[in-house]
Amino acid sequence: MTTPAELPVNSNSDVVLVRQHVRTTAIDVGLSLVDQTKVVTAASELARNALVYAGGGQVRVEIVHNGIRKGLRLVFSDEGPGIPDIEQALTDGWTTGGGLGLGLSGSRRLVDEFDLKSAPGEGTLITVTKWAR
Amino acid sequence: MDRVPVLKLGDILIVSIQIDLQDQSVLALQEDLADKVVATGARGVIIDITAVEIVDSFIGRMLATIAAISRMLDAETVVVGMRPAVAITLVELGLSLGGVRTALNLEKGVALLNHLEGSRIAAAVQ
Amino acid sequence: MGVTLSVPTDAGRRRIEELLQENEERVLKRWLEIAGSSSSSHVDRSSLAGQLRELYQALRQSLDGSGDSDLRGLLAELSRSRARQGFTPTETAVVVFGLKEALYESIETDGSPEALRGFIWFSQLIDDLGLLTMENYAAAREKVIIDQAEQLLELSTPVVKLWEGIVAVPLVGTLDSARTQVVMEKLLQTLVDTGSEHAVIDITGVPAVDTQVAQHLLKTVVAARLMGAECVISGIRPQIAHTIVTLGIEFGDIVTKASLADALAHALRESGVEFVSRKTRVAVRTEED
Repeated sequence: MTTPAELPVNSNSDVVLVRQHVRTTAIDVGLSLVDQTKVVTAASELARNALVYAGGGQVRVEIVHNGIRKGLRLVFSDEGPGIPDIEQALTDGWTTGGGLGLGLSGSRRLVDEFDLKSAPGEGTLITVTKWAR
Repeated sequence: MDRVPVLKLGDILIVSIQIDLQDQSVLALQEDLADKVVATGARGVIIDITAVEIVDSFIGRMLATIAAISRMLDAETVVVGMRPAVAITLVELGLSLGGVRTALNLEKGVALLNHLEGSRIAAAVQ
Repeated sequence: MGVTLSVPTDAGRRRIEELLQENEERVLKRWLEIAGSSSSSHVDRSSLAGQLRELYQALRQSLDGSGDSDLRGLLAELSRSRARQGFTPTETAVVVFGLKEALYESIETDGSPEALRGFIWFSQLIDDLGLLTMENYAAAREKVIIDQAEQLLELSTPVVKLWEGIVAVPLVGTLDSARTQVVMEKLLQTLVDTGSEHAVIDITGVPAVDTQVAQHLLKTVVAARLMGAECVISGIRPQIAHTIVTLGIEFGDIVTKASLADALAHALRESGVEFVSRKTRVAVRTEED
């Protein structure tokens, strides 16, 4: 697998491909089995979010370094309607899409670093990082 | 799209998920199961997720929905074989799968259904 | 300064290389003096001389362009061996920096603008090499720490079988977040491997828990439930119970028992094992007679 890789998120089968690619890269980085599972689950949530709320987007999967630590970074971007109230969107149980409202808030708990940039009409950019222990 | 096969064993329906689930497959499975429960009069449903590497909020919600629908149709649902990493991730995600019974493996799942059926008969006798 | 700046760097570099070659013995001798005096008393002169000579050769080869890896390898070896002998990383770096002073004397004698210009370049080169020894030292230390942490984690995770279908983890010592996580993952995996539906987490040997550790314990119990198994937490000390309540952590409907024995009894009852007291021992003996 090449890194960094740009993957499209335009259909349900893309979500499955994103999961598989993130899994392979997570293994390369040397994440533990539990951490692999966490980051793949977060990727699945965020990819589905991009699909449901923005009608599609893309994700960049890359390996990052911090001293001797290796990490896996995912950057989700879309040109959707954006998020008007980010704090509210990060609250457990808040949803506008009829889901459980755990996508954003839950993903944040599954990774080490979580950064969300968004404004109404300007799309959404979510960067998450998981470091190898 | 791949469809997940539903197997019948006595009055139990068994679903073993062996593929990386797409959202449509999940929804199709939900419908297939409800139809089969009614068609066969099954008293129990076992969903084996031993081979499933991740359960996100969508699949988690599907499991809870299947359990709720089956209960309405008078069948108990047991989810078996959840991997430790998946369980830890679900807890972190904040998903509790409320109302879904679980067992370590298929064998214990069948035993649990039999036990539940036993107590149901006992309750009926009283 | 105007004079030195007008000399191109390449010329300066060439002059330094020539000087390094021409005055090899003199520079080496001076370097050994400087390096020897800066280090503490426990230095072996002859082995240091050998090391410096090797370094010097490698440096010249690297300047020729015939290989840089040898120099880096030697430097790594120097900082490793000196770290083992108990030198501080500063002492090792000072040895490398000593070459500047040693060479400067030859440059003064030479006195040409090329040599002075080249010395700035040479000085930067040596600074980089000195920093490299620091990095090597830090990396070697880091590796020792990581290895030890891993060994500790492996040491401290026994999951024992108490009964058919009942396993236990006796936790001993201070629990940090990483260790708790490893123990818990191992416990959950053991549940799957042995098909055990009951687990006891005994924290009698744990002096204190913080919020994070308490959360990890809770999450483990919930995760075990999701997998179809039940956990009992035993051996909670009064101080820990106090901490947990004060921190406002909800233990909810999680079963807690005072001792490991109580927890085992609970798990046995739950898995359908019944206890029947036999007659007194005296009676048993009379039967045997």
